[in-house]
Amino acid sequence: MALRLPRIGTSQIVALALILAANWVVSPQFFDIRLQDGRLFGSLIDVLNRGAPVALLSIGMVLVIAMRGIDLSVGAVMAICGAIAASLADSHPLPVVLAASLGAGLACGLWNGLLVAVLRIQPIVATLILMVAGRGIAQLITEGRIVTFTSPELAFLGGGSVLGLPTPIVLTLAMMALTLLIVRGTALGLMIEATGGNPRASALAGIGTRLITVAVYVWSGLCAALAGIVASADILGADANNAGLWLELDAILAVVIGGTSLFGGRFSILLAVVGALIIQAMNTGILLSGLPPETNLVVKAVVVLAVLLAQSPRIGAQIAGLGVLFGRSRSRRRS
Amino acid sequence: MRSLARLTPVLATTAVFLAGFVLCSLAYPNFASLRVVMNLLTDNAFLGIVAVGMTFVIISGGIDLSVGSVIGFTTVFLALAIERWGVPPLIAFVLVLVLCAGFGAAMGAIIQYAELPPFIVTLAGMFLARGVSFLLSTESLPITADLYTHLSDHALRLGGGARLTVPAIVMLAVVIGGMVLLHLTRFGANVYALGGSRAATGLMGINVARSTVLIYTLSSALAGLSGIVFSLYTSSGYSLSAVGVELDAIAAVVIGGTLLSGGYGFVFGSFIGVLIQGLIQTYISFDGTLSSWWAKIATGLLLFAFIAFQQLTLHLARRSRRAPAGVRP
Repeated sequence: MALRLPRIGTSQIVALALILAANWVVSPQFFDIRLQDGRLFGSLIDVLNRGAPVALLSIGMVLVIAMRGIDLSVGAVMAICGAIAASLADSHPLPVVLAASLGAGLACGLWNGLLVAVLRIQPIVATLILMVAGRGIAQLITEGRIVTFTSPELAFLGGGSVLGLPTPIVLTLAMMALTLLIVRGTALGLMIEATGGNPRASALAGIGTRLITVAVYVWSGLCAALAGIVASADILGADANNAGLWLELDAILAVVIGGTSLFGGRFSILLAVVGALIIQAMNTGILLSGLPPETNLVVKAVVVLAVLLAQSPRIGAQIAGLGVLFGRSRSRRRS
Repeated sequence: MRSLARLTPVLATTAVFLAGFVLCSLAYPNFASLRVVMNLLTDNAFLGIVAVGMTFVIISGGIDLSVGSVIGFTTVFLALAIERWGVPPLIAFVLVLVLCAGFGAAMGAIIQYAELPPFIVTLAGMFLARGVSFLLSTESLPITADLYTHLSDHALRLGGGARLTVPAIVMLAVVIGGMVLLHLTRFGANVYALGGSRAATGLMGINVARSTVLIYTLSSALAGLSGIVFSLYTSSGYSLSAVGVELDAIAAVVIGGTLLSGGYGFVFGSFIGVLIQGLIQTYISFDGTLSSWWAKIATGLLLFAFIAFQQLTLHLARRSRRAPAGVRP
């Protein structure tokens, strides 16, 4: 074991492959993909497409969690930004709509970041404020109605396709590439990991932990805004009550499945997105298998518990201890 | 003098509630009646009961996100047990309380023995409880048992149309019981100690594991009781009932002056926090033109104001004397 392999997330990819295989067993057409009207169709594409909002959220969430934080407000931010996009879509050109919506996401992220970094409020509580109030704000924007729009430009972001791939997938890939470029292309990722690992030591080492904390929440807000726009564009409207409801939990779950510890430190954006796909593949599988969709929550709970217990420092140590014990007894037998 | 300073957050919350009540009464002359106050207690009884359990959890430095789902599960279980399986209501109550307590004990044990953050364990509990209630039934089931009609008719009549209903009585009893348990017993002292510092609590010879498991057992059992009250209040069981109540309960506890980092707080403060939220709802329904989403925004603003106030007092306290030992960074 002198040569340590880089983390490639074998377990997550195996899990995804197993779930996809299970889906193929319950529905033999699962892997069929056909090209129709210049767009790809099929269950597999559907998993990617439906998984896009959670994948987008998890890209922002993984950075927040790597900093020992948590962002509970992303679902509410989705509702706010979706509401803004839907209510402006028919009266303003697309760039204005996007600027307003993404700007709102940035502002929400900035609010969270300032509460955490400057007022030093615990992340769960700081983002809880926007989680509670955000849905009210979204309803204020839509005036309590379900706002619909007809703008084809905005609708393209949810239902259109680029080179055969549905736009939500393209947007997610673009956001993932951009985030990877910023975080892994520079030393920023290292600084985030250092701060998550030991905030005080990192600050003493000269890392601007406060600024990075704010930046990470702002990025999470931006990702949530994009997810909100995609969700709105998909249904050609905005429902302030239900848009993004409980998606913050799915995003946290995706990050945890992706192997990023809730105690901060090392993170993987790519595996968080794989985690989001695992969740969506399970959802789709349950629907395809004809099981009641209500099973979904129970399955999710069991999966999150299993992953957490595997991640638990104490249980991990015990399993390692058992391994050592077995190893010893085996070597004794050999001698 | 020092004990008075200790009570500042609770006094501030109470002052906010009284000021709010006076403002509402000035705006609507009918507001200042015993009837409105009694309705405030009845309508928020289930939230008050949950908030008491949440106070224990938060003072111990934890959080319980599963309570809303546990309420939902309880109502569905009761409706099925009483209406379909023919279990007598009182036995169904006992059964569901035992189930909920066991559920809380399991979560507490996982938090303690797997050393996982309470937030994520109770999040999984939230999924599980909601999922199980979906599996039991997705319909809204009416409960028509005699006991239910009897209990909802039963109330202390206080004159002027004011009624102290059974849910309100149960909530007041839980609040008083919670105050006694937290402030006068050894278990209560352990809860405060855990919130101050887990490591130091263990070194003091207090059984940390037992206390942690008991705290989450208490929270879930109270959520179960709250579910019983909720089913009395609505005479039905529905798997989607009480969605988001965990957030209302946390908000009430924070508004009530309990420190989210643990180690400090009062059950009475949470009770007032619940009443403040109820007051906002009542004001909105009196007004008639304001929409219900203003309640969410107002709650969010209040949360922010109280947390900012907490941070400020903490900051000032740290400045005046060195940080007390065991405060986590």
